[in-house]
Amino acid sequence: MEMTLEPMEQQGIQPMDGSAVLIQGLKDQGVEVIFGYPGGAVLPIYDALYKDPIPHVLARHEQGAIHAAEGYARVSGKTGVVIATSGPGATNLVTGITDAMMDSLPLVVFTGQVASTVIGTDAFQEADIVGITQPITKHNYQVQKVEDLPRIIKEAFHIASTGRRGPVVVDIPKDISTKMFVTAEERNAEVNLPGYQPTTTPNYLQIQKAAEAIAVAKKPLILAGAGVLHGQAMEELKTLVEKNRIPVTNTLLGLGSIEGSHELFLGMAGMHGTYTANMAISECDVLLNIGARFDDRLTGNLNMFAPNAKVIHIDIDPAEIGKNVPTEIPIVADSKEALKALLNQEFEAPDTGEWLTYLNGLTKEAPLWYNLDEHELLPQEAIQMIHRITEGNAIVTTDVGQHQMWAAQYYSLNNPDHWVTSGGLGTMGFGFPAAIGAQIAKPEARVVAIVGDGGFQMTAQELSLLQEMRIPVKVVILNNCALGMVRQWQQTFYDERYSQSLIPVQPDFVKLAEAYDIKGYRVSKKEDAEKIFKEALLSDEPVLIDCRVKMLENVYPMVAPGKGLNEMIGVKRG
Amino acid sequence: MRRVITVTVINQSGVLNRVTGLLMKRQFNIESITVGHTEQPNMSKMTFIVHVEDERKIEQLVKQLQKQIDVLKVNDITEKAIVMRELALVKVVSPPHVRSEMNSIIEPFRATVIDSGKNVVTYQVTGSPEKIEAFIDLVKPYGIKELARTGATAFTREIQKINSPQLSILK
Repeated sequence: MEMTLEPMEQQGIQPMDGSAVLIQGLKDQGVEVIFGYPGGAVLPIYDALYKDPIPHVLARHEQGAIHAAEGYARVSGKTGVVIATSGPGATNLVTGITDAMMDSLPLVVFTGQVASTVIGTDAFQEADIVGITQPITKHNYQVQKVEDLPRIIKEAFHIASTGRRGPVVVDIPKDISTKMFVTAEERNAEVNLPGYQPTTTPNYLQIQKAAEAIAVAKKPLILAGAGVLHGQAMEELKTLVEKNRIPVTNTLLGLGSIEGSHELFLGMAGMHGTYTANMAISECDVLLNIGARFDDRLTGNLNMFAPNAKVIHIDIDPAEIGKNVPTEIPIVADSKEALKALLNQEFEAPDTGEWLTYLNGLTKEAPLWYNLDEHELLPQEAIQMIHRITEGNAIVTTDVGQHQMWAAQYYSLNNPDHWVTSGGLGTMGFGFPAAIGAQIAKPEARVVAIVGDGGFQMTAQELSLLQEMRIPVKVVILNNCALGMVRQWQQTFYDERYSQSLIPVQPDFVKLAEAYDIKGYRVSKKEDAEKIFKEALLSDEPVLIDCRVKMLENVYPMVAPGKGLNEMIGVKRG
Repeated sequence: MRRVITVTVINQSGVLNRVTGLLMKRQFNIESITVGHTEQPNMSKMTFIVHVEDERKIEQLVKQLQKQIDVLKVNDITEKAIVMRELALVKVVSPPHVRSEMNSIIEPFRATVIDSGKNVVTYQVTGSPEKIEAFIDLVKPYGIKELARTGATAFTREIQKINSPQLSILK
């Protein structure tokens, strides 16, 4: 043995086992935190982590770990790293992996696997995680030889963080993580992926065509999606918007790409978007989509979507262009590079005076609205209160459902990296652990998890993390004793047959918080709300607020499924 | 419409699964699929025949395949000048008194006898899938005991017609 190791040591290369190689590889990638949960198949990896530590966040469920990693990735812009054991550890990650895939968040997920000698024998804690995660990852690997590990780690981080970002799973059999590994050549392996060459630079002719189309437009509109945020193209977007006086709307995930208070911002578009934004889409003559994928919750009935518009679509993923909406001018590129190229074109700003006057009129005529209740606190009021107290500067995370839509409507964002929500997959239980990851990414920020009583109970065990790490996340449960959006749909489309959507008996969330040594507040009277919110949200400690809100409140306005954006219901004209 | 798609991939374990899984997820029905090595080491080529009704769906299929990390090249060669071949093995009931009749039937197809027993003969026939269909139809009345087809494999001819249609994104 010594004979073979000697030459390596002369080169300054210490022999390592697979686990040590993995930890070293993570350090080389600049990984500053790991979210994970140990178990049998990853014991060697956790042992290596004990000897050569990287800060590790021990969630109380793998789903909590991966949602936290997603929150971290969204806020920091860096790749989130997750480790889980084989079998149940790995399968508990499936929801989070899918969520990251749908919302293009960069993650590298390491799963333990049973030893290669017993793979395929239904061994203890074995699951075919490579097979399971194939349709929900950007790419995945099972390490077959320890020599491949350094290359695979590099490739995994490269794939996760470039092009259209997404999750990559690396499955490591237990024996691979204990095998000795020595050669310098393999440790210095370069990324060589001939089948993966994302296009980031736009086609010049297409940019020219886009500029020409914008210049002659009478009713141009920009739809800015999460691609603007991923490409860090906020400045360029703002310049384009202001220089040409083009109104702009956002997808749910694109919120924050322009300030919520900007005079040319029309609010969010789509199923629960503003009337103005949806009418602007329905009537525009040029629609410039930057980094949005024309999701069905945005478009409504495709036959009625932007019927008069010439569509320009900028996306880093060519497969998104023309997938749902026919596109006249396709531009495959990174959003920042495409917008820079567009700004470099010399074209006259379109005359949008009349168009903007018309849209402003719509906003005055049909703004977001709710009917105040004398006795009960409305969820919309609660969110506006949170907005007031945090001055619009908090990082807001949410699950899916009514609270999410109200937060999207009423928490007007000042900052681009302050909105963390589960869009594509619509994952209950996402918001709270994502807030923990967001807080770890930005320790100085005020992080508010706005969640529903249903979603919170799916990952509530992560309160333990707030307790242990004194992470000052503020958990606000908008508690309507119901699965609110399910209940709203049952009310609207199923003749008020509330099948399994009402949860009249709730745990005492304040006591639950106290059980974890976290200060709990309850807002049960409308008049106390402001005072309690102020004290809780401005505290430096983790807190939980059980905020009792009106049970039968609905999210309006709304585009019913199958309807066009121009057919909104629940629009109130002032 | 019937589309012929070739996919060049890096020859790694799981690649076939990845590609067929993608087709399944997006609800494409594969009529036939063949895979084998190419002239390059570590590279394999797949040939698919799929039925897709509209052009946007086929464009989407090509783009989704292209997105796979292990996929090097995707070509929809349906409208190109191509060579396409399939091989079939057909075991037909063939008692001695019909053998000469059978021989005259198979001759125009240039099928060959690769095994023969007392009452059955196994033919090998290669050619376009249509030719193989025709062959099978012809021998069916005699009684087919067993049939195995490889699925079509194809690539483009050296000389192409001018103005081969392109995907809309490339226009």
